[in-house]
Amino acid sequence: MNLSLTLMLQLAIIVPMIATLAIIATGHKPNLREGVTISTCLILIYLVVSLYHGLSSGETISAFWWELLPGLTISFAIEPLGMLFALIASFLWLVTSCYAIGYMRKHQEKNQTRFYSCFAISMGALMGLAFSANLFTLFIFYEILTLSTYPLVTHAGTEKAKKGGRIYLGILLTTSILFFLLAIVGTWLVAGTLDFKLGGIFAEDVNKVIAGILLLLFVFGVGKAAIMPFHRWLPAAMVAPTPVSAFLHAVAVVKAGVFTMLKVSIYIFGLDLLAILPTTQFLLYLAGISVLLASLIAMRQDNLKARLAYSTISQLGYITIGALLATSSGVIGSSMHIAMHAFGKITLFFCAGAILVTLHKSKISEMRGIGRQMPITMLAFFIASLSIIGVPPTGGTWSKWFLLTGTIERDQFVLMIILMLSSLLNIAYLLPISFHAFFPNISSNNKLTKRLGGDIIFARDQITEAPLPSLAAIVVTTIACLVLFIYPQPLFELVSTILTGRE
Amino acid sequence: MIAHFPILQVIIPLMAAPICLILKRPKLVWLFALIVSGLAFSISILLLQQVMTSGVISYELGGWQAPWGIEYRIDKLNAFVLLIITAISTIVLFAAQTSIEKEIPKNKHTYFYVLFLLSLTGMLGIVATGDAFNVFVFLEISSLSAYALIAIGKDKRALWASYQYLIMGTIGATFILIGIGLMYQMTGTLNMQDLSQRLPEVAQTRTVFTAFAFVIVGICLKLALFPLHLWLPNAYAYAPSIVTAFFAATATKVAIYLLIRFTFSVFGLSFSFTTIPLQTLFMALGLLGIFIASTSAIYQNNIKHLFAYSSIAQIGYMIVGFSLTTVAGLTATLLHLFNHALMKSGIFLALAAVMYRIGNVQLNSFYGLGKQMPLTMAAIVIGGLSLIGVPLTVGFISKWYLLVALLEQGWWPVAVLILLGSLIAVIYIWRIVEVAYFKEPLLNNKPVKEAPLYFLIPIWTLIIANIYFGIDTRLSVQVAEAAAMSLFEVTP
Repeated sequence: MNLSLTLMLQLAIIVPMIATLAIIATGHKPNLREGVTISTCLILIYLVVSLYHGLSSGETISAFWWELLPGLTISFAIEPLGMLFALIASFLWLVTSCYAIGYMRKHQEKNQTRFYSCFAISMGALMGLAFSANLFTLFIFYEILTLSTYPLVTHAGTEKAKKGGRIYLGILLTTSILFFLLAIVGTWLVAGTLDFKLGGIFAEDVNKVIAGILLLLFVFGVGKAAIMPFHRWLPAAMVAPTPVSAFLHAVAVVKAGVFTMLKVSIYIFGLDLLAILPTTQFLLYLAGISVLLASLIAMRQDNLKARLAYSTISQLGYITIGALLATSSGVIGSSMHIAMHAFGKITLFFCAGAILVTLHKSKISEMRGIGRQMPITMLAFFIASLSIIGVPPTGGTWSKWFLLTGTIERDQFVLMIILMLSSLLNIAYLLPISFHAFFPNISSNNKLTKRLGGDIIFARDQITEAPLPSLAAIVVTTIACLVLFIYPQPLFELVSTILTGRE
Repeated sequence: MIAHFPILQVIIPLMAAPICLILKRPKLVWLFALIVSGLAFSISILLLQQVMTSGVISYELGGWQAPWGIEYRIDKLNAFVLLIITAISTIVLFAAQTSIEKEIPKNKHTYFYVLFLLSLTGMLGIVATGDAFNVFVFLEISSLSAYALIAIGKDKRALWASYQYLIMGTIGATFILIGIGLMYQMTGTLNMQDLSQRLPEVAQTRTVFTAFAFVIVGICLKLALFPLHLWLPNAYAYAPSIVTAFFAATATKVAIYLLIRFTFSVFGLSFSFTTIPLQTLFMALGLLGIFIASTSAIYQNNIKHLFAYSSIAQIGYMIVGFSLTTVAGLTATLLHLFNHALMKSGIFLALAAVMYRIGNVQLNSFYGLGKQMPLTMAAIVIGGLSLIGVPLTVGFISKWYLLVALLEQGWWPVAVLILLGSLIAVIYIWRIVEVAYFKEPLLNNKPVKEAPLYFLIPIWTLIIANIYFGIDTRLSVQVAEAAAMSLFEVTP
């Protein structure tokens, strides 16, 4: 096949959308339906990887669809940051789909056709978001992503799921319509354009107060970045089936949020302007507080998925901080953390789902000793935890390194301390889970041991791992965490071209 | 032939109305009415084309010259409104025969079409004419037929609703008549063009102020501007569904047109907005309307009530745009006029389909309807998203223009309020979505089938238009902008 890169770019957005129709059409034949999903994943990966090769050989790839209103266009252009995001998302979609097939069947979920079709739409929206050439296009796909993931959150259809869905949609739509849209219209009026441009689109002499307010609106408006106080949707979304939580709420949706933050920082404001805006410092501290508070809340969660959700909020704060630091190390750290956190957190969620379907446990206090039954899962959990914490031999080390360097470069010592404290908290809330899984009897909390008493002495030690597709997915993402430590060069090279530009 | 289009636009449906009585057989009458409306639609397209290329068309009725005879005056503004009215009436009529089968007694079907066409005539007449007294005449034609149309159904509550509307509507029409009378007394003319030239000379008199007040209040009654909206929810909710779909998209739009016409063309910008603090007043009322009506919508269990309140809120948006008195603001209003007609007629037609299948539109009946009537429900959801203002729907375009217009003038707080208002829409739309898609049907709800094609075709025509004009905005934006600009040129 010899398709032009422009066509491939458009196909990357359209193919998942078409797949939605195919999934609906083949809804009554589950095997065929899943076949459609997997083959779409493979096609998408092929497209994205070809685009990556095109980009790294120095070509400019862009496409124009439609002029909606004079000056407002739906158009696409690929730059390294979007490329990185698209690569991660398309690869993890494949992995998640494998995992989901195992999970959904074992769990005997209803409405699986709706599930897979909405998944495909959100994937198309994600590609559109990653490749968008202006803020307007990005906003459109941002909203499509919100709406198409809503049915996934409320999948179970229970009262609790609907309540979660309400919070999810409520917060994401409220912030995006109230703040994001306002910020976009404001930017449009101040700058006269919405196109992403390296170094920003505002004039040199732009009123700093107005630009500062716009930044404030952007940070609050991109609710998907889950900066406190607009973070409640993420824990609420945990009512969704685990593959959804894993992919959408550790990778796609939240990363769409921080990706937007990075895009806005680099391509709308430009780092030079960002550094001197009056509101930047306030927002940095806000993100810092978000990091710290979310970690503290995570400590107190007994539900594994809720703990992971709060951990995500905290890690998203890191990325936002990196973007707002407005230094090259900050941006590099943030972009790498998008990848590192994606692989780490998706593994953790996969493990949580695996534990749920095989052992029917969702509470951390019930998970003592499960390492004997699910050794591979819990080992993966351990390695992924290390990556989130940011210690060798896992990929998370690099991104945290750059983020810390960024804080030092800007003399933000308070933030540096916050980041380090939060890493300590990460250790405190993640490591004990896998630790207790393998060594149930060594306990820091004797009372708990006593209360649970008999449960901890195992009647059966036979290994009961998750279904094979799910287990394979876990192994793949875990290995990725390790590989990204040993071999981070391609990733680093890609993200370091974000700021230098190619032209 | 082409030269006579301005009058043909009005006279064809007027002449057609009595012919319906002769035809008698309901199916035949329906077909006839549909063709007439389609004819009116094609005329309005040609008129718009002509106006856009060669400017204002002035038609002298019976050959009597303008200030003495009655003049029909088609400019960009009313050509645009004519297009909206005729398009909606044609699309709505397509579903009429099926819909009234269950909602209107059989022996009244022919009368329904007669009234429908008369009402259409009235609206078209109000818009097309360039004569102030003529406006009143057509206003009465459209109103009287509207009262009858609302009350024609089987629902007994409609009688009371219609009566309420009759009282309020008559007060409104009388006010307008008093206003026009006073103007005539001061200037000795009824021709709008002439009025606009003569009024400034006497602008500082108390009589003109009084005339202005009477006309504006009268129009606002017709417009259902908060707090004069009390007649609307019941009238919309209990009228036959097809009537609601038609009126929701057209009746208030005609009133908005009148408001713009009288303030901009007849009284003139400087009088309407400088001498009298109409700007602040309308902005405040518009915003209040948005919030109070949207909030009321949340608490409605009758879905037609719910969307009726939402209509009042949407009028608020148009009024806010209008109150800015800038080209951008007026463009936003005109765009929303067009866009809201598309959304509301689509939604109300879908509700008509629900009414046809289930017999009521209580929220309870919507349980699990997402599976039983997937296409109809999908239409309501897309219409709802458009109402909220999600990108790629027409609602977003209106909202974008309104925001730009507001921010241009530095009205940041109002912009925030407008956005907050659209979030309330999320709440009331989502009440329906949750019930329809995430609940099982209630035990005593009978299982139903998807709506018949007579409904689905017009519903989806409108819904696709919602998306199409949300992406390809050339027609709507171009015409709205041109109309807004021409209004500002008239009164420098």
